[in-house]
Amino acid sequence: MPEIRSIEARDSAAQAAAAMKALPKPIAEDLGDMQGEKMVLNMGPSHPSTHGVLRIILELDGEIITKAIPDVGYLHRGDEKIAENMTYTQFIPYTDRLDYLAPLANNVAYALAVEKLLGIQDKLPPRCQYIRVICCELARISAHLLGIGCFAMDVGAMTVFLHTFTEREKIYNLAEALSGARFTTSYTRIGGVSRDTPPGWCEAVRKFANEVVVNIQETETLLTRNRIWVDRTKDIGVISKEDAISWGLTGPNLRGSGVNYDLRKDQPYLCYKDLEFDVPVGEVGDCYDRYLVRMEEMRQSVRIIHQCLDKIPGGFDNKSKEPVNVPDGKIVLPPKNKVLTSMEELIHQFMLVTQGVNCPPGEIYFGHENPKGELGFYIHSRGGGTPYRMKIRSPSFVNLSILSHLLPGHMMSDTVSILGSLDFVMGECDR
Amino acid sequence: MEVCDFAKKELGFNFLVDVSSMDNYGDDPRWTVVYHLYGITSKQYLRLSVSVTEEKSELPTVTNVWRTADWHEREIYDMMGIRFRGHPDLRRILMWEGYPYYPLRKDFPLAGKPSEVPEVAFSKPAPLEGGPFVTIAGGNDSIAREPRVRIPETDSVEFNNRVEARADNKATRGEAFGPGPIEPKK
Repeated sequence: MPEIRSIEARDSAAQAAAAMKALPKPIAEDLGDMQGEKMVLNMGPSHPSTHGVLRIILELDGEIITKAIPDVGYLHRGDEKIAENMTYTQFIPYTDRLDYLAPLANNVAYALAVEKLLGIQDKLPPRCQYIRVICCELARISAHLLGIGCFAMDVGAMTVFLHTFTEREKIYNLAEALSGARFTTSYTRIGGVSRDTPPGWCEAVRKFANEVVVNIQETETLLTRNRIWVDRTKDIGVISKEDAISWGLTGPNLRGSGVNYDLRKDQPYLCYKDLEFDVPVGEVGDCYDRYLVRMEEMRQSVRIIHQCLDKIPGGFDNKSKEPVNVPDGKIVLPPKNKVLTSMEELIHQFMLVTQGVNCPPGEIYFGHENPKGELGFYIHSRGGGTPYRMKIRSPSFVNLSILSHLLPGHMMSDTVSILGSLDFVMGECDR
Repeated sequence: MEVCDFAKKELGFNFLVDVSSMDNYGDDPRWTVVYHLYGITSKQYLRLSVSVTEEKSELPTVTNVWRTADWHEREIYDMMGIRFRGHPDLRRILMWEGYPYYPLRKDFPLAGKPSEVPEVAFSKPAPLEGGPFVTIAGGNDSIAREPRVRIPETDSVEFNNRVEARADNKATRGEAFGPGPIEPKK
């Protein structure tokens, strides 16, 4: 077991100021003139560490950032406007493209929001709930594996990236078997899921869950006590508890700062209240803590998946024919063979396809614990099959807003660590 | 703003989850701004709605209560055109600076409206627009059709056209025919 060394906190700005003081006076005065010279550096929109198209305009004093202006919107597609012009079901594929690293979780979040509007959130069949929870946790593992892999690659540890991507590939295979698509899954429907689990899928998930813990453990040995990794992340980008709340951070970024706020525990939805899991919380709120929180969250996700597989109603192959959709013809499409033979189902099918799910007037907000944080949908309905206004509260957008506050005072190279540890996705940020 | 401050300090709703806006097109007042607050200890949500008339289109900012309101308010300004009094940096956030419309308003069409896109830095004409790597039809042999006849160092379409039209070039390489390089888009 290697010895754990304590590492001194680095306050780059203070270091620079101390270095100035230590210099002989005439040299310090000479340099003092140069200190006033600030350089403006444009980082992004296509910089490897910006994971997409984030642009940050940095004002540098030497290597120290004095001012940072994040510039977002390069991937703006107007999803909220689009949602106002289509039925609730038609919008599901658009949710794949929000946080495109965890499309299954977005699908579940959106379906739950519309179901809350319909008032059927608690009436979902239990098998559907368990399948959805497995989907969410697979998505969480997938997103965190990528987040940590890219974070490590950005600060120079290439191996970790390749290592975690091997495991993500298996999640894509599972998503493909489940929904037919590896990436843009569109798996959920309003009132259920598009289809039951295919034969052998649950066994494959079990196998994956056993394999991924090995991978997480290996990643841990690569990074957690790695001297370079610790140097690059510890005491970098410290976010205090108060700041984290005031800037509205959610997800691992908020919990890394020591705030115990997890919607799965605090506002339990689906079957999360029947499952046992812990919510990891950081202490310092630096990049290293956020990394540790993500690592532990993956382990907890594996734990949740195992419990779901143990408890799933109907078992692996659904021998007892448990339903996966709500038994309401006005919400869920009827089976195709009935559409062609029975009048009522034909009418339901026609109404659902042409008009959409008829939602009552009202307004709801539903927050879902997505891998990146709280993905919220605020739907204002005036009745009918399309929302009057749908606001997407995307975690990446809110998490990025802290950059202008967090970056100043850090070294230029720490930007990469901080961006990696905040783990954002621009598709979701810009919507 | 006082209500928000009260909700935060006295009622314990310390977390601003979201600020959204709505266009009640055809109704008066036209705008509704909706705040979603959450109490981390009480685990309760609180929804506040404010109506704003179209003539006013202005609200006091809550950035001094929650810093996160900064980007939410900028987004509402960008998408709906509601201004926030006292906001430290009220600029467009998703659309570019200088964009003339507010796209989430109900009178803005889904297909969008034409607008001046800011200058994009084009470097050279693309190959299909007569750029440096397009061969010219005609000539005696394949060498004559090669782009190097057209002096690739310059990459200038006008200059290359002049070179092709030169009499001595024609004499040695034969008459060029066919459409030749397409004029670059002006």
